[in-house]
Amino acid sequence: MQKYSVFSLIKNAFSDHQNWEVAWKDPTPKKEYDVIIIGGGGHGLATAYYLAKEHNITNVAIIEKGWIGGGNVGRNTTIIRSNYMHDDNALFSEFGMDLWRKMSQDLNYNVMFSPRGIINLAHSDAQMNAYSRRGNSMRLNGIDAVLLNREEVQKRIPMADFSDNVRFPIFGGLMQPSAGTARHDAVAWGYARQADSMGVDIIQNCEVTGFNVNNGKIVGVRTSRGDMKAKKVGLCVAGSTNVLAEMLNMTLPIETHLLQACVSEPVKPLLDHVVTFGAGHFYCSQSDKGEMVMGGDLDGYNSYSQRGNLPTLQHVLTEGIAMFPFLSKLKMLRTWGGIMDMSMDGSPIIDKTHIDGLYLNCGWCYGGFKATPASGWTFAHTIAQDRVHELNAGYSLNRFNTGDLIDEKGLGTKTWIS
Amino acid sequence: MLYIFCPHCGSRSQNEFAYGGDATVKRPELNKEISDQEWDNFVYLRKSPRGKHLELWHHISGCRQWIKVERDTSTHEIFKTYKATELIE
Repeated sequence: MQKYSVFSLIKNAFSDHQNWEVAWKDPTPKKEYDVIIIGGGGHGLATAYYLAKEHNITNVAIIEKGWIGGGNVGRNTTIIRSNYMHDDNALFSEFGMDLWRKMSQDLNYNVMFSPRGIINLAHSDAQMNAYSRRGNSMRLNGIDAVLLNREEVQKRIPMADFSDNVRFPIFGGLMQPSAGTARHDAVAWGYARQADSMGVDIIQNCEVTGFNVNNGKIVGVRTSRGDMKAKKVGLCVAGSTNVLAEMLNMTLPIETHLLQACVSEPVKPLLDHVVTFGAGHFYCSQSDKGEMVMGGDLDGYNSYSQRGNLPTLQHVLTEGIAMFPFLSKLKMLRTWGGIMDMSMDGSPIIDKTHIDGLYLNCGWCYGGFKATPASGWTFAHTIAQDRVHELNAGYSLNRFNTGDLIDEKGLGTKTWIS
Repeated sequence: MLYIFCPHCGSRSQNEFAYGGDATVKRPELNKEISDQEWDNFVYLRKSPRGKHLELWHHISGCRQWIKVERDTSTHEIFKTYKATELIE
């Protein structure tokens, strides 16, 4: 594989950048693989990469219905954080933060990881107390957390509404300075390029139409480009999890919902951090191009449509304007939607299933992008070793039977309000 | 914008409604002996199909009645709406 560096950039400039190697190939599917990963998004590509790198399993195919990186890894708001209170989420995410910090070097691909810090705003004394508790829990797990008072928040984001007589005055906030953003497409492309170079087949435009199961053991996958045999199959399909589960006669604690995001026209740099509104669902950061990147609530009813509805967008942006009044002057550039695999306790599932050789990775809710490396790493371990790693032991499928829920927000089973 | 036909009020915009989730989920009968597994399945498992989905909506800013809506989850086409008590075969 061609190494990307300033020297290769200069060298290729002499040939008008016409002779770069393709970043990944377009192979013809083989008849048989050791492992088939279904879903060529961030998690699937990362899983294939870590299977090859950490476990030396390279006879691997990634099957993608559309094109790689066309789903949620290309549709999120690029936020990376580990500001969780519960141990399972905190340790898993912080392990991921470490992978994020090393990712550009590891993949020889600039993922533009920008640890600019995230601030969760608090709008009441009670919320300050709750954030203080969450911050302390984070610090006990070795994650950086700083409780900011009103003045300290104002110093960092003076453009927020600090005027008198607002409905949700800013009392302060909880900041994780090491959180940030990354270039989401680069994450998918970086993983794809490395996985491909180690022998993984990335098969695009290939839809799974069924599974071959024999005596409770997975033996292969039926696809629109023919049948493929496999010893092990991993599902990494986010919002489409229930569609595949139906083919396997499985019913899961997952509902598929639509989440919208949008960007404004680009403006000069003014927002240094990721900021979330504490009295509703709204979060905002500024991209390197200057656009304000924003997101918020689910559309609120089961949806597979990948495009959103305006009442929700209006609601979310109303919250945005309450937080940052200047947003009302900006024109909207683009809006889009992605379909979320909302789990019943708001935490993901990375586990084996009752079918031998079939592994499940789903339930990411809003938090799929930031989990990409840790999810891929632990899922690869689970597939390769046929047992869960201690980092994803809590993300079991049977926790909904044993009662060991990881209910970070305590919202219950109405996934559309979480 | 979805327009939902409330069987009590007629066609109204989605802004008047609150979503209530999958209407096919059935609570186990009262006083019937059931296993923990059956109860967990009722609480947590959802089919969440791509395509036709029978779901509950609450006409909360209208007549305040719960209704059932048969809707396509990928096209948002609404096929039919029912009163909450209507039996659907």
